[in-house]
Amino acid sequence: METVTEQNIKLTSKDFSSDQEVKWCPGCGDYSILKQAQTIFPDINVPKENIVFISGIGCSSRFTYYMDTFGMHSIHGRAAAIASGVKAANPELSVWIVSGDGDSFSIGGNHLIHALRKNFNFNYLVFNNQIYSLTKGQYSPTSEKSKVTKSTPYGSIEDPFNPAELALGANASFVSRTIDRDPKHMQAVLKRANDFKGASFVEIYQNCPVFNDGAFFIYTDKETKKEEALLLENGKPLIFGQNDEKGILILDGIKCKVVNYKEEGISPENLWIHDEKNKTKAFLLSQFINMEQDGEAFPRPFGVLYANERSVYEESMVNQIIAIKERKGKTPLGKILSGDKTWVIA
Amino acid sequence: MSGSNITEKETVKEEIESVVVRFSGDSGDGMQLTGMQFTDTAALFGNDLSTFPDYPSEIRAPIGTVAGVSGFQVHFGSKEIFTPGDSFDVLVAMNAAALKVDLPRLKNGGIILANTSGFDKKNLGLAKYPEGADPLNDSSLDNYIVHKMDISKLTKECLADSGLGTKEIERSKNMFVLGLLFWMFDKPLEHTLKFIEEKFAKKPEIANANIKTLNAGYNYCESTEIFITRFKVSPAKLPSGVYRNITGNHATAIGLVAAAEKAGLPLFLGSYPITPASDILHELSKYKANGVKTFQAEDEIAGICSAIGASYTGSLAVTTTSGPGMALKTEAAGLATMLEIPLVIINVQRGGPSTGLPTKTEQSDLLMAMHGRHGEAPLVVLAANSPSDCFSAAFEASKISIEHMTPVILLTDGYIANGSEPWRFPNEESLNSIKPNFLTSPNGSDGQILPYKRDEKLVRPWIIPGTKGMEHRIGGLEKENETGNVSYNHINHELMVNIRAEKVNKVADYIPQAKPDSGKEKAKLLVLGWGSTYGAIKTAVRELINEGKDVAHIHLRFINPFPKNLGDLLKNYDNILVPEMNKGQLLQLIRAKYLVDAKGYSKVQGLPFTTTEIKEKIKEMLS
Repeated sequence: METVTEQNIKLTSKDFSSDQEVKWCPGCGDYSILKQAQTIFPDINVPKENIVFISGIGCSSRFTYYMDTFGMHSIHGRAAAIASGVKAANPELSVWIVSGDGDSFSIGGNHLIHALRKNFNFNYLVFNNQIYSLTKGQYSPTSEKSKVTKSTPYGSIEDPFNPAELALGANASFVSRTIDRDPKHMQAVLKRANDFKGASFVEIYQNCPVFNDGAFFIYTDKETKKEEALLLENGKPLIFGQNDEKGILILDGIKCKVVNYKEEGISPENLWIHDEKNKTKAFLLSQFINMEQDGEAFPRPFGVLYANERSVYEESMVNQIIAIKERKGKTPLGKILSGDKTWVIA
Repeated sequence: MSGSNITEKETVKEEIESVVVRFSGDSGDGMQLTGMQFTDTAALFGNDLSTFPDYPSEIRAPIGTVAGVSGFQVHFGSKEIFTPGDSFDVLVAMNAAALKVDLPRLKNGGIILANTSGFDKKNLGLAKYPEGADPLNDSSLDNYIVHKMDISKLTKECLADSGLGTKEIERSKNMFVLGLLFWMFDKPLEHTLKFIEEKFAKKPEIANANIKTLNAGYNYCESTEIFITRFKVSPAKLPSGVYRNITGNHATAIGLVAAAEKAGLPLFLGSYPITPASDILHELSKYKANGVKTFQAEDEIAGICSAIGASYTGSLAVTTTSGPGMALKTEAAGLATMLEIPLVIINVQRGGPSTGLPTKTEQSDLLMAMHGRHGEAPLVVLAANSPSDCFSAAFEASKISIEHMTPVILLTDGYIANGSEPWRFPNEESLNSIKPNFLTSPNGSDGQILPYKRDEKLVRPWIIPGTKGMEHRIGGLEKENETGNVSYNHINHELMVNIRAEKVNKVADYIPQAKPDSGKEKAKLLVLGWGSTYGAIKTAVRELINEGKDVAHIHLRFINPFPKNLGDLLKNYDNILVPEMNKGQLLQLIRAKYLVDAKGYSKVQGLPFTTTEIKEKIKEMLS
């Protein structure tokens, strides 16, 4: 039983701010992510000493130093592997992985997919700025094709990963997307991730003002956001547009269509109703990135695309240990040393 | 033999001191199981012994070919035994390929038990004997005593009424062989009978078939005149006590379990399957009821990283691997060195480089263990010297890792990992205590937490998540002395590099001094070894001392740091010989550190040294 002490209740965001000077570039999206995390932590109902941040390498991964919790800034791509050991060894801890698009989808790809598949109850935050920043501007596995960077002066020839698709393909039980410039949305998603039991994958669109400035501005700028961003709410129809006039219909199996439901006289309840537990629909949502209609891109979904709890690794591990202990009992060390077959030499 | 008149069943019982038997057959012939059953029986009978399973890396190489030969060698005796033997007295050859592979190491005049059904035209062809060659019937084996029998046919006849299919009957033939050997060496059947009953408790028809075949093999010797001589190997005069038989990987596993119990810590293993280390993962996975957590990771890197995570939370954390996996773990080993957390890294060495010889032995990862991290990243390196010694080596590795807050690399190798020997196991109380250095309240002035403030051993405290009021950050970036905050200050970096090195050097204050295992503290020649060459060197040096040679043997447990007295001790010897299953890796370290003119002796054949090889080399050095 976890008890919330009086002291825990009184914590504020300041209590989660370490004494280290924050050293990201001015205007970096990471500041907002740090702020939103520090803002929600007093309310997540976990004793402060049980919170552990594990990060890899990259601008994102310096995050750990700025949170006044337990934390380990580790090596490139390995945060999920280290966090797996932390969680398996001590399931009581609230573990937060902080990583970037290079750290997670390139050098750490194998750990990402297996951590999601094994389904540890931890939160996996990927700060996606679609660029390598700490190494000063090379294309990343999420950079768009043809992108000109220092390592691709004639344009990248690679198709990028689609993080939500990748996570769903790896059998993630919780897949979400949020963005640095929408603090309220991010706080809500982080809280959902914390409350969800299982590996919570949170892709955070993060602006890099130095090497990839403005990559995601259309989703938050006043003039464009209503057309470009689709805010998901479980049980609610998929509606967007300047005057909330557009909706998404699913036609003929899995084909999607944007309609002006107001003009066409379609009742909102006949639009696509978001169902977080429907994996097929979640996969379709992840594909909006590549979809267009009459030359216009589909809106980008933000929020929880998929959330469906299943067995959690460390809990299964502990339950198995308890079950075997009950059945067989602990073997005394003396018995382990002697084994079953011994003989005596006088 | 004209004139002699041996009457029926009159067998001679010959008492012998020690004997080497090699079971050799196709990978599917059950030679490993046969060898292990024979070994267990000899051990329970009180013989000292040493075994050497020698099998191909292919699970089922093409039947009947040389590539598919699987061997199990056991050396047992009434005297102390330290090696599986240079050559064999008895060779069981289940097919032509087995004979072809193992005949070169059968002693002149040695005994061959040949299964004739494995020597038909097809098998001779598969073993690539020249057209027309027929070793069992031409004169090529005249120097040996050859016993030919159609074991397949005899087994078939014995199980004709069993109702079992051809395949199952064929599979029982190794029990016939075992029966023959038990008779030949005057050993009881009880242990194996019990084993069969337990193993096939749910398949009584298979149990009965195996029991019947085992007895048939034994009785076949009783009722035929096939063997004139029956050998008796009396129990060995070993130190009194209770013994068990154990392999190196098994001993390593329980050494870790024992260390965790003595430290009062949970045991966590993060590991990725790799030959020949996987048996440690298998063995530890059996101890769930003791709270042991084994984590089969997605790759070698995740194996060590998960262990780092577990260590961070206060477990005795271990990762196990072999050469190629060790190469993948190096970056994370550097992180553990930088974090200064306990971590036991076990490398069961095999032939390299690259995939190399997965099932064969080598000692060629010593320099990688010493230096295989970028930056100045010293850690403790130690090695086990025999199968049972893996227990204490694993225990010591854990103790030092925990008490000195440092990663430790334990080197074993395929030879001792799979080999077995009798072990006078310790009782629980005789094991040393292990004291973790946990910190639960601030250690600085004004309540400051100083995660890198050190004690007299230069050891920092272990502060684990979940400890109230002790939140702090650690990482791979260089850290300021004491506070652990990130620091790029050049003077501080050098200070920290020196402190980390000195911390590892200080381990020398807590390990035993070097002393001769055989021979005196001053001699004409010292044989200096490490790891699994122990048995061969010990046997060779002891025999030469008995022959009056002025030679001694020192075997190193710790390679980093070396024992404090080693440099002075080495000066006492006129010559130093360093035999290694590599191209001279310890030799380099010894020459560099102590400026002595030590000579190397290399063997890189995927096989351990023989006693004869070491003896010859010593004699050459002495002359």
